[in-house]
Amino acid sequence: MSVETTPTPEIRDAAIQKALASTPRPPRASALDAALTFGWRGMLKVKHVPEQLLDVTITPVMFVLMFTYLFGGAIAGSTGDYLDYILPGILVMSVLFTTVYSGIAINTDLTKGVVDRFRSLPIWRPAPLVGSLLGDSVRYVVAGTVIVVLGLILGFRPEAGVGGVVAAMALTVVFAFGLSWIFTTLGLLMRSPNAVMNAGFMGIFPLTFLSNVFVEPETLPAGLEWFVNVNPISILADASRGLMEGNADASDITIVLAVAAALTAVFMPLTTRLYRTR
Amino acid sequence: MTSPKPQALAIEAEGLVKSFGETKAVDGVDLSVRGGSVYGVLGPNGAGKTTTIRMLATLLRPDAGSARVLGHDVVEEGDAVRAAVSLTGQMASVDEDLTGRENLVLLGRLLGLKRGAAKERATELLEAFGIAEAAARLVKNYSGGMRRRLDIAASLVVTPQLLFLDEPTTGLDPRSRNQVWDIIRALSSSGTTILLCTQYLEEADQLADGIAVIDHGRVIAEGTPGQLKASVGSGALHVRLLDPDQRPEAEQLLLRNLGGVKLEPDPAALSVGCADGNKAAEALAELARGGVQVADFSLGQPSLDEVFLALTGHPAEEEEKEEQPA
Ligand SMILES: Nc1ncnc2c1ncn2[C@@H]1O[C@H](COP(=O)(O)OP(=O)(O)OP(=O)(O)O)[C@@H](O)[C@H]1O
Ligand SMILES: [Mg+2]
Repeated sequence: MSVETTPTPEIRDAAIQKALASTPRPPRASALDAALTFGWRGMLKVKHVPEQLLDVTITPVMFVLMFTYLFGGAIAGSTGDYLDYILPGILVMSVLFTTVYSGIAINTDLTKGVVDRFRSLPIWRPAPLVGSLLGDSVRYVVAGTVIVVLGLILGFRPEAGVGGVVAAMALTVVFAFGLSWIFTTLGLLMRSPNAVMNAGFMGIFPLTFLSNVFVEPETLPAGLEWFVNVNPISILADASRGLMEGNADASDITIVLAVAAALTAVFMPLTTRLYRTR
Repeated sequence: MTSPKPQALAIEAEGLVKSFGETKAVDGVDLSVRGGSVYGVLGPNGAGKTTTIRMLATLLRPDAGSARVLGHDVVEEGDAVRAAVSLTGQMASVDEDLTGRENLVLLGRLLGLKRGAAKERATELLEAFGIAEAAARLVKNYSGGMRRRLDIAASLVVTPQLLFLDEPTTGLDPRSRNQVWDIIRALSSSGTTILLCTQYLEEADQLADGIAVIDHGRVIAEGTPGQLKASVGSGALHVRLLDPDQRPEAEQLLLRNLGGVKLEPDPAALSVGCADGNKAAEALAELARGGVQVADFSLGQPSLDEVFLALTGHPAEEEEKEEQPA
């Protein structure tokens, strides 16, 4: 059988026969390989449409500028002091807001036929979801980096240096990974990407503002103060502030990791089940 | 790669039922498909073809009934089924936001190929299916025919023992349709069992060894294409005249040669049951000798509508259903 060198748009029977004959079935892909491959799929999408990173860069920039200059003077007296307090918080907030997009992305994916193919593959069942969240983690890192760099330009000077900043960012991304399972569950339950967005932000907005990201809880009425103190987002914000300043509380970090693990343990199987049956 | 016993049944389904709310999409479907064959499931919009395929491919859980695919129960042994089958769905089951090559490499990796092997395999398939030139373009910019071919190629990254094809040529022009048919024939001759859903009797006739006709979620007829056509009436010669006034003459001539002439609503057209091309040619020659001028003619197989008319006494009615964009 001869293989022509010039590509032709015609189907070549002989080539198809050959293509069919030459594939012994490889061993099944490992769970990790499958998930990483789906993560790679997410990266490819960013590569083809880099504009989608605008969401995760413009919003944080706006937050930093707005809070530093608009509210900084009023709340903390001077923009410099406030920046040191607020920047780790904005990092947390921006990254957590980005998790809502994971749910929107899953919901959009479901309207496409390719999901049927993924679901008909002999792979670890959560792989498409885990992979897509791993891909999203890259967005979280991008958002985080933009904030830190902008902060440095504006005068933010973290005591703990690069190591502290990286640790804070890593902790935030891990928490975001856990939290995003809630939004993927939502993404599978809701009918349209818009509904996911509305529901998602309706949840994440109050949770973020009722945390210590922007204000010291002592200034709040008692009931509110209690809530702000137990809000995991406050604990995460404390921990990342601590890590950047070099005085992190180990119990804060443990709680954050535990909450992320618990969210994953509950919502990952739920999401996987919904993904399989929807 | 073929199943060890080619005579064994590749699909055995009994009493499959699936409802969506009030709609009984599939209402007791039995199927038996021999290993190595091409089996056509023929039915109009909303008949339940896609729902049946989705149950067999383990994407939907049947409400009742059972099915074994390549010897594995679709509910109890879903993993084993998925490891041996591929699905080319009705909606494009490739990722439109990636390039053709990326789609194939992605699937290769997911199926366990190493990076290099997945790339090689992608190249091989892109060339065999005539999409090499478009390999680096995003699939959303592909033509319908290219997308379909890529979709089928994506099902073959690792050769499946059984391939589900859901309406592979709906919406394609005749040339693309022929290309897809060629692919299906090549696949079949290499030993892959194929379950083919279609709305076209001609497609099932061209490709399938056995056909089940389904309507309202039930199998209403089953057999080889020959048997089915015999029970339906095998085909018709359609003639349109240049001059409608000559119709009575034409009717007489055709009646004498072939019998059973039907007058069409178009005052210049008439048709007559006929399966044999030679006889049709003779009848046309008779018309010419008789001075009847023919504008055009065709020798066609019965349409799906005619099949349904013959099998059920009513034409295939379109189900009220939201068309899913492909
Ligand atoms: N997910 C779903 N939810 C609700 N109804 C559904 C769903 N899937 C299918 N149906 C309904 O079930 C019936 C059978 O649908 P199915 O898609 O199996 O038909 P089909 O033979 O594939 O039709 P087509 O030729 O249009 O693809 C239709 O009435 C359809 O509206
Ligand atoms: Mg269908």
